[in-house]
Formats: sequence, C-alpha cells, structure tokens
Amino acid sequence: MAHFQVNKTYQEINEKIKKGQAVVVTAEEIIGIVRKKGEVAAAREVDVVTTGTFSPMCSSGAFINFGHSQPPIKAARVWLNNVPAYAGLAAVDVYLGVTEPTTDDPLNKVYPGEFKYGGGHVIQDLVAGKAVHLVAEAYGTDCYPNKRLERQITLAETVNAILCNPRNAYQNYNCAVNLSNRTIYTYMGPLRPRGANANFCTSGQLSPLFNDPCYRTLGIGTRIFLGGGVGYAVFPGTQHHPGKPRGDNGVPLGPAGTLMVLGDLKQMSARYLIGASLLGYGCSLTVGLGVPIPLLNEEMAHFCAVSDEEIFAPVVDYGYDYPAGTGRVLGQVSYAQLKAGTIMLDGKEIPAVPLSSFVRAREIADLLKGWITAGRFLLGEPVELLPLAEPRPPVDDPHRDS
Amino acid sequence: MPKKLVLHFPPHLIDQPITYRLIKDFGLVVNILRARITPREWGRMVVELTEDGGRWQDAMDFLAEAGVGVEPLAREVLRHEERCIHCTACVAPCPTKALDVPDRYLMEVAFDQDRCIACEICQKVCPYQAMEILFD
Ligand code: SF4
Ligand code: SF4
Repeated sequence: MAHFQVNKTYQEINEKIKKGQAVVVTAEEIIGIVRKKGEVAAAREVDVVTTGTFSPMCSSGAFINFGHSQPPIKAARVWLNNVPAYAGLAAVDVYLGVTEPTTDDPLNKVYPGEFKYGGGHVIQDLVAGKAVHLVAEAYGTDCYPNKRLERQITLAETVNAILCNPRNAYQNYNCAVNLSNRTIYTYMGPLRPRGANANFCTSGQLSPLFNDPCYRTLGIGTRIFLGGGVGYAVFPGTQHHPGKPRGDNGVPLGPAGTLMVLGDLKQMSARYLIGASLLGYGCSLTVGLGVPIPLLNEEMAHFCAVSDEEIFAPVVDYGYDYPAGTGRVLGQVSYAQLKAGTIMLDGKEIPAVPLSSFVRAREIADLLKGWITAGRFLLGEPVELLPLAEPRPPVDDPHRDS
Repeated sequence: MPKKLVLHFPPHLIDQPITYRLIKDFGLVVNILRARITPREWGRMVVELTEDGGRWQDAMDFLAEAGVGVEPLAREVLRHEERCIHCTACVAPCPTKALDVPDRYLMEVAFDQDRCIACEICQKVCPYQAMEILFD
C-alpha cells in the first residue's frame, strides 16, 4: 500500500458535495493548479476533476422496450424509422445499434455513400422528443398471437430506453493520414492523398481516460455524465487492452483502455447525442461523455495534471497499412502539436484537425463541474476498478481498433 | 471590391456568350469559380465580378433584361449554427479556407462566406448536415 500525504475517501468527498463545499475544477484547470502549488497542495485543495469528450462512438446503442400491444406480440423483426433493430430478445425488447443504416440506404454503391440516417439518428430523434415509426413482425404463438404491429412511438411512450454502449471513451487513438494516391473516406473522416492532412480524435488533456491512465478510480459503478444525463461505467469496454505500451507517465502510446457505459436514455439530451453520417463509412452516434475523477491523494493530482505535451498519438497510414493490417506506426506526435494545427510527415508540414469537438468536450467538463459543485451529482465508488493487466495476451491484431 | 455572385441562366440562354459580353461590352473583370451547365436545363455559374473601371449598373441591367437571375453567393451557402458542433471535419477538405479554425485553443470552426466558392464539398463531408447549399 502506498503512503500518501493526502488521503481522502469517496464518502468524505461526497459529504462535501452534499454540503455544497466540494472544490471542483476541470481537467484543463487542474494543470495550472498543480504546476503552481504542487501535487500535495492541489490534492488537498481540489476534490474532483471533471473531464469530457464529444466524438462519434460507433460501439453504441440502446435497449428499448416498446410496450405490449393488444393482443400481445413476440416481435421477431423490428424497424424504427426503417432502421432495423435487433429483436432476438424477449417479446418487446430490442437493441438498436447506432451504425445500422435504413434498409433502403444505397450504402457505398454510389461511392462515397452519404449514410444520411441510421440508428444514431433514431436515438437523437427519440431524445429530441420526436415520434418515430415502429414496425414489428412476428410469427405468432399461442401466448403472443399478434403478427404485426405498426405505430408511432415517442421516447416517453416506451416502457424502458437504456443507452448501453459496449465501447466508448477510447484511451488514446490513432492520428490518421493517407499515403495512397487517392482520397479515402474513413471513420477518421476524409483523408486526402499523399499524406496531405491528418485527423485525430480524442480530446487530449480533457479526455477521461488520460486523466486516470492506470484506472486508480475508474471502474464498475463510476457515475458519469452520459449524453446529457447521468450514466455509469458498468464494465471494461470491448477491446479494453490495458497492456499496450505506455509512456513513463503511465499514459498509453496508442489505443488501450475502453469503457462500457449505460444510462437512462429518457433523461438524456439531443445536444449530447447526435446522429452522425460519416461520408463513405457509415452512420454513427456522437456521444457526450464526462467522467469525474476524485483527487483521493497526491498521486491522482499528479495523473490529472497531465497536459497535451505529455500525451502522444501514433500516426497511422489508412491508405495501405490500416486496411492491410500491417500494424505499422509512422511515428508518435504529441497532442500539443496536433492541437497547434500542423504535424511533420516525411519532412512536410501538414494540417491536423480533431474530429472530436473540443468546444463540446469543454462544455461537458464545465457542466459536470457545475452539477457536482451544486450538490446535484455524487461520486460513485467503483465496486471493482478497471483491470490494468491483460486477462490474456492481446489477440494478434493490435492495430485494428474500430 | 470583387463581388461573388451566382448567375442563373434559363435554358434558352445556355448557348449565349453572356460572360463574354460582361467583359467586352461592360468592362467587368470576370473570374469564373464554378459552372454547371446542362443543355435544356437551368445553368448555374458562380462568378467573382470586379467593376475595375467598367460599367457595373449597366451590366446588371443587361443581365436582368436577358433573364439571367443574379443572387449574392452568401445567400446560397448556409451554415446551420445550431447543428454545427465544431468537429472540424470540413476544415481540411474546404479548398479556400472558408472553413477554418482561427483560434486553436477554442477550436471553433469559423465560416467566412467571402471566401466560399460554393463547391459543395463541406455539404458532403459534414457528418451533422450543418452545411447547406441551396441549389435549385
Ligand atoms: S462550399 Fe464549403 S467547402 Fe466549398 S468553399 Fe464553401 S465552405 Fe469551403
Ligand atoms: S463538419 Fe459540419 S459540424 Fe463539423 S465543423 Fe464543419 S460544419 Fe461544423
């Protein structure tokens, strides 16, 4: 057990939050505080650091129970606004995945496809209070005789709607370039040929898993900001690979940890859950997510003080290497460099932009800070932390992360 | 000051040398930024016109008389501010830096209509359908 000069418990911090006395700052604000006062003083003074990210997160979706019809139906195939939902669950439960396009989407037949509407857009419409068109088909049973149901349904009319995203908040991600000689359309946005531009996609020093890189406070039961409402980290996300190489500061040098998150869709907001159409790639959902990190001790102050200069992303060619699965990394570049706007590639200066919205990431960290300061949001103490060790050696496919 | 305009040509004018006359008869400087002309349909041309000693008002009267519609470009390219989340996906593809990030700390995407040539690239690239180009 490490010995710290500052030792706070979740209970103590929650008591302060309830009394409106907790000191909360964002992951950007803590950097200056630690630099000025040191880690111990910062940990004494500050109770919680808030983070935020707002990016397309393809591994997302919602469980929806749309309520029984009269006579009842055991739905086998279900569409919401013409987007298929998975109905291989009990009678009127479905799972709507965000990358599912409408049944009549031309996909990439006219390249690059536009993917104007999909599961993510249905979720956005529901959260915005719009009615969506529900069609359910069944083969009919003695106890569920109904074979077809068609009606308009709003989020308020569903029995349950639970956002449940198997992989969100990637801890670090590639910076994508394209060394082929044609424009390509990827989930990292359009990439111009011959390495003419670079796209990256995490919120850097504001990003949740960069501020608790070794999962000292993040785990099953951590209460979070999710889609404008309250959610929970419920498990390590799919492809959670904590064993990836890390820098001296503990921050992974490439995609590593992930979160599985869950929350009641009915209290979320369409400002923080937005359907996305990624040209030539597909549909998705842009998810707003923020994690509060308790400064239990000076070590957490140290971790939260991480800045863009100390976080590095691998530069990966999506022209040849990524689709071929070569695993080649062209180099490492700091988020400070990426955010400044240009990086060097083969002796050439090329523009870099984030596909994640810094404007909204900051807004989320601020909003969460406001909730905690006002005593409206208490910390959840995890029943188990995210694993820092690989349960088994990572599969031999370390660079395919989406 | 050059002005960016969209000229709408009715089908019967498609084979007329309208731009030539703007230059020759009225002395305007014409820079064609984009053109879409299909026989028997309305044609559309995005131009940058500069008076440069020429006769601006006469040229405009000539266009009106000939039946060519004239619209300022700014009215045809819209950014729906409430839909834009400043994701920056449009910044690298925009050929004129009409969409750009002037402040790298704030990371807001600014839209400068004066630089826009209505190329439609951002409309396709924007994941949130925030850019709209109003073409007939
Ligand atoms: S239409 Fe869009 S991409 Fe084209 S110049 Fe205008 S702003 Fe840039
Ligand atoms: S791509 Fe669309 S949402 Fe993103 S910054 Fe450009 S206009 Fe805004």
